[in-house]
Amino acid sequence: MKTSIVASLLLGTALSLGSAGFAAAQDKTVKIGALSDQSGLYADLGGPGSTLAAQMAVEDSGLAAKGWKIDIISGDHQNKPDVGTAIARQWFDVDKVDIIVDVPNSGVALAVNNVVKEKNGVYINSGAATSDLTNAQCSPNTVHWTYDTYMLAHTTGQALVKAGGDTWFFLTADYAFGAALERDTTAVILANGGKVVGGVKHPLNTSDFSSFLLQAQSSKAKIIGLANAGGDTTNAIKQAAEFGIVKGGQKLAALLLFLTDVKAIGLETAQGLNFTETFYWDLNDQTRDFSKKFSARMKNGAPPTMVQAGVYSGLTHYFKALDALGGNPHDGVKVVEKMKSMPTDDSLFGKGEIQPNGRTIHSAYLFEVKKPSESKGPWDFYKLIGTVPGDQAFTPLAESKCAMLKK
Amino acid sequence: MQALYAQLLVGLINGSFYALLSLGLAVIFGMLNIINFAHGAVYMMGAFVAYFLLNVAGIGYWPALIIAPIVVGIFGMILERTMLQWLSGLDHLYGLLLTFGMALIIQGVFQNYFGSSGLPYSIPDELRGGMNLGFMFLPIYRGWVVVFSLIVCVATWYLIERTRLGANLRAATENPTLVRAFGINVPRMITLTYGLGVGLAALAGVLSAPINQVRPLMGADLIIVVFAVVVIGGMGSIMGSIITGFSLGVIEGLTKYFYPEASNTVVFVLMVLVLLVKPSGLTGRAS
Repeated sequence: MKTSIVASLLLGTALSLGSAGFAAAQDKTVKIGALSDQSGLYADLGGPGSTLAAQMAVEDSGLAAKGWKIDIISGDHQNKPDVGTAIARQWFDVDKVDIIVDVPNSGVALAVNNVVKEKNGVYINSGAATSDLTNAQCSPNTVHWTYDTYMLAHTTGQALVKAGGDTWFFLTADYAFGAALERDTTAVILANGGKVVGGVKHPLNTSDFSSFLLQAQSSKAKIIGLANAGGDTTNAIKQAAEFGIVKGGQKLAALLLFLTDVKAIGLETAQGLNFTETFYWDLNDQTRDFSKKFSARMKNGAPPTMVQAGVYSGLTHYFKALDALGGNPHDGVKVVEKMKSMPTDDSLFGKGEIQPNGRTIHSAYLFEVKKPSESKGPWDFYKLIGTVPGDQAFTPLAESKCAMLKK
Repeated sequence: MQALYAQLLVGLINGSFYALLSLGLAVIFGMLNIINFAHGAVYMMGAFVAYFLLNVAGIGYWPALIIAPIVVGIFGMILERTMLQWLSGLDHLYGLLLTFGMALIIQGVFQNYFGSSGLPYSIPDELRGGMNLGFMFLPIYRGWVVVFSLIVCVATWYLIERTRLGANLRAATENPTLVRAFGINVPRMITLTYGLGVGLAALAGVLSAPINQVRPLMGADLIIVVFAVVVIGGMGSIMGSIITGFSLGVIEGLTKYFYPEASNTVVFVLMVLVLLVKPSGLTGRAS
């Protein structure tokens, strides 16, 4: 009891010193807000697992031994932009959060992006897909870590068009993410000589896709592009199998597929699907080692998804920047600049860099879902079929529409 | 035109689930006067029981169609005995709050252990594949769902509206004291009725397991629509809820074809319209 009083007195002194502008560099407190969908259709790919990943990043950073005090709080944005921004505002204003991580759901992610910029916090987005975060809506406070729609379009999309899938029909989730993914993929299809013959926009979190699948079927398109994610994608794929779509000669393009989605679909139905991720638990010894520790602490024993791994890896880089700065300046732009000035290198995503527009560049991997007979364990799902270097997978700086680049 | 037929049929399939669920709700509301917000949760439990039967005990789809509703029905009866029965005679709001709370707890527990993205449950071998109807490819399983739920709906209607047991039941809701005087155990009948309503929801859960994911929130996503169905059809009307269930499925299917963006709101727009014109619902009697 007594020590904790002393500790909090000391902390209070340190904080007031910091805010008074004395030795700001000596302030070694950080507060992290893990904002995610904690219970909806994206909860398994981010959610509590992302909070755990953040926790592990703190533990593995070794900063505690150097006198840092790092706290994590988590919040549920319920896939609603208004809820997400309300939480973000409260975190910055009341809880004095320094950095917000994760934030799947592009709609929420873009809304939170504005709040973080306004409050001069740090934003490491791992869960959202929209490439707008580092293009039209780029911000000096934002790092988009794991993947984006441009990358998905230029890997999976491009590979499918080049393999002869030149006519497309889109099933698109009707919000920012679906629109961005459809837009970026369409650009790739057109650039490679294909065409889009139609599409349907379905509401987020749709359980029955049969109507939409019938429309896709009658369009006679060679490829049915799924510009959706999480539960929407799994439902669409399962029901497509039911309606005999793949047997009828059309091919499904799961533009965004996560480990937990494959689990939910089951290998029987998912086998043979091609898709792209920037992380898989079974890539190498380092990812396996991390995943083992991670799944031991997950309630359902699941290994990390790409999004959760991105939270870990993004925070790891953030801590390196803080360590290099010698203290927390509580100035988002300054910290993000430091992060951009250092090359990224961690056990999960390997070597890479953060571009001036906030885009993190690292390798992307083309995977194919294994046949049930090839799978050796409960989460042994992917077969690596190709690696795309970061500079080919992500938006080239020359093409980026980020206003910060035109200075 | 062909596409339109296909959409009508697809709407009928979804309508089957709406009908089965709203039927259970109507039975419970008609007999117990309780607005059962836990209905989505027991629907989900039905699907999970089927999943466990298959993956733990190796019991397949067909036995699960009978076992799961019974297991979940018994669970429902325990809830009724231990909690709901104390609310009889109180304002609807109490029943609503209690069942809503129970639904949140049940869903929370499942979510804690199974996450949110769901577990696969495959279609039984006998009902795999599909047939080409000319205008669409109909998966046999979906056809089965329509036929089976129609039979169950009609049987339930017959049980309550045309048999002696049903007559007793309806009499017990009108005047429990008098019916007791005839030597009929009214509390037991009410418990059994709740069990029946819950069992119907669980049955819908088993039916939906191979189509949708077996997910903790599968009921929560559906139940709001089903409540709109019940409101449109008229609270407590058995036939009304069956007919409204099927027809709303069809209307929703058509919306998915003509204006997909509105497909998850069309039911509520209809609800508003019906409430404006006929507040007791299409087939409801004004109370």
